[in-house]
Amino acid sequence: MKVALFISCYVNELYPDVAMASLELLEGYGIEVEYPLAQTCCGQPLVNNGDLKGACQAEAHFANVFKGYDYIVAPSGSCVAHIKKYATKASKLDPNYVAVAVKTYEIIEFLQEVLNVTRLPKAVSFPHTVSIHQSCHGLRALHHAMPSELQLPYHSRLASILTLVDGIVVKTPERVDECCGFGGTFCMDEPAVSVAMGQDRVAQHQATGATYIVGADSSCLMHMGAIAKAQNTPMRARHIVEILTGRGE
Amino acid sequence: MHDDDIKHPQAAAEFLQDRPHARWHDSAVWWVRKKRDAQAEKLPEWEQLRALADQIKAHTLSRLDEYLAEFANKAKSNGVTVHFAQDAQEHNTIVHGILAAAHVKKLVKSKSMLTEECGLNPYLEARGIEVIDTDLGERIVQLRHERPSHIVMPAIHLKKEQIGELFEKEMGTEHGNSDPTYLTHAARANLREHFLTADAGMTGVNFAIAETGGVVVCTNEGNADLGVSLPPIHISSMGIEKIIPKMEHLGIFTRLLARSAIGSPITTYTSHFHQARQGGEMHIVIVDNGRSAILGSSEFRKSLQCIRCGACMNTCPVYRRSSGMSYSYIIPGPIGSTLGPSRDIKKHASMAFACTTCGSCSNVCPVKINLHEQLVGQRAKAFDANAVPRLKKWAIQTAGFMMKHPALFDFAGKVQRTIIPIVPEALLKNSAWHKYGRATPDMPKDSFKDIMRKRVQGDKK
Ligand code: SF4
Repeated sequence: MKVALFISCYVNELYPDVAMASLELLEGYGIEVEYPLAQTCCGQPLVNNGDLKGACQAEAHFANVFKGYDYIVAPSGSCVAHIKKYATKASKLDPNYVAVAVKTYEIIEFLQEVLNVTRLPKAVSFPHTVSIHQSCHGLRALHHAMPSELQLPYHSRLASILTLVDGIVVKTPERVDECCGFGGTFCMDEPAVSVAMGQDRVAQHQATGATYIVGADSSCLMHMGAIAKAQNTPMRARHIVEILTGRGE
Repeated sequence: MHDDDIKHPQAAAEFLQDRPHARWHDSAVWWVRKKRDAQAEKLPEWEQLRALADQIKAHTLSRLDEYLAEFANKAKSNGVTVHFAQDAQEHNTIVHGILAAAHVKKLVKSKSMLTEECGLNPYLEARGIEVIDTDLGERIVQLRHERPSHIVMPAIHLKKEQIGELFEKEMGTEHGNSDPTYLTHAARANLREHFLTADAGMTGVNFAIAETGGVVVCTNEGNADLGVSLPPIHISSMGIEKIIPKMEHLGIFTRLLARSAIGSPITTYTSHFHQARQGGEMHIVIVDNGRSAILGSSEFRKSLQCIRCGACMNTCPVYRRSSGMSYSYIIPGPIGSTLGPSRDIKKHASMAFACTTCGSCSNVCPVKINLHEQLVGQRAKAFDANAVPRLKKWAIQTAGFMMKHPALFDFAGKVQRTIIPIVPEALLKNSAWHKYGRATPDMPKDSFKDIMRKRVQGDKK
């Protein structure tokens, strides 16, 4: 099985540890992982700002870099949602792009759906209370958990894989899956609303008694982490792969 | 009455200045979303109902011309006068014509966002007709000369103290009394006067049934019934998209509507109107006003399926924190943010960006409109129409260029990462990132790509 790691711009620039943990996690299951250096961005920020032409070119570049792998795995629900669901119409009609997109997985989904893992590569203990942050795109576009609006049976990928960690206590906040307010460039275009949403979200996570917010999108975690930091609260934000590889402390 | 210059980020920041009030607004609206959840949960067939509603609406829109003709013919054979209006102006002219012919001095109105959309009140008032909105929330915003901030709870953006002051001024209620029950009673007494003295009543339409030619109005206060039963003239205004094919389809929508709107199993009054009362007249004005243009667009057509329940507003985390007053179109929130830009992208571009694309609106929508996807679609229109700030457009295009050129892309990342930590905090304090309370994230020394590149080079040595 030839797996390529796709590391989104945020993670590459600001959270190399998250990328490292992803690599380590996959390799821990005995998988051969490649990291193509020519990769850039999935194009999501461009679509979100209306630049369809630019996005389409970025998507073509993505497809080009990642063709020829059995799977493409990324520690970012939002980028995977873009690749699989929200790419430009032109890319969705391009068989080369589609061939790559169908093989692209968010990392937790990959572990659970493709590898069917029932244990972690190495035993990990995290004796803390964590509050799960279901980032919107992973939640509503990839169905990582059942969105609270839909009346269908409940499940949560993040909650279920965290049970493999020793000593962890997993909580869900009130308003179980409300958006944190990051929203890509929304965080800069609408700073007042974005921060208000983030402050409310951090408070809801804090109210569970947790000291860590755990999620699968570094961007949301960065936004909430920056708010918690500005407030001088002990709350910290961690990507789930950091917890699963024992790097969460 | 409605401000053309609203830009969402600024208007939202203003609303958020009174943080305790904004918090209250958020909780009050969220409370309705929770009530909706509790009702939806009770129906095991909820998702099936949504699927059916979606299919019926999509089908109807695909043959709207046929169903409209069927509806109009039926209504006419019931003795109703049917009018078609191309746009707001024509709608207002028709309504005024009906009222003027009957020498109407006072019109009572209930449940019509469409008349807001058409600007009917100022039009009639300028022609000497007194117009009284009779739903409590509508009445409040009318007295304040504001537009509604929510399509189901028009005055939800106001504090009860503000309403107390308003009523004291307008109706002479006790000074300083803002008890909601007291104020509601005062408003009712005041409205009763108007009901009894009005010469005509006007309502919106929730559903128009092609098969029977009848219209259905769903209300909780019963004002629509009073308003059209007391005076001799009844006018109903409806958008062309309100049609459903048959009576048997209605139940699906009424089951979804009240539960989605206010979290109750049914609205208090679901009133059917098929013909004028004895000795009276009934008119139905069927309005296009830009709808057929949306109907012609495969990307945005689905927005016409909307049954105006307001659930998308209640669930929208941006709406709840910024209030309806921060949107430039008469309908706020997710649905307004696609309808407004469909009408005029330049004017309403900021609405399309007032969204994190969380997608909660699309999931909550009882007729499954892909709202968050439509908003992203509207952004593309804004981009092409140069309705985004120039600097932003340049930045986006530059980023796009770099995405095709990995070396440049990596270099830009490095500049950002090494510069941000050393720029004095003072310079950054007013940046959008920091202004409202975000600290600088810790910056790592190397990007992941740097680390991997070193590793590859190390392997080669
Ligand atoms: S778009 Fe959907 S949720 Fe929003 S008001 Fe219309 S029907 Fe209700």
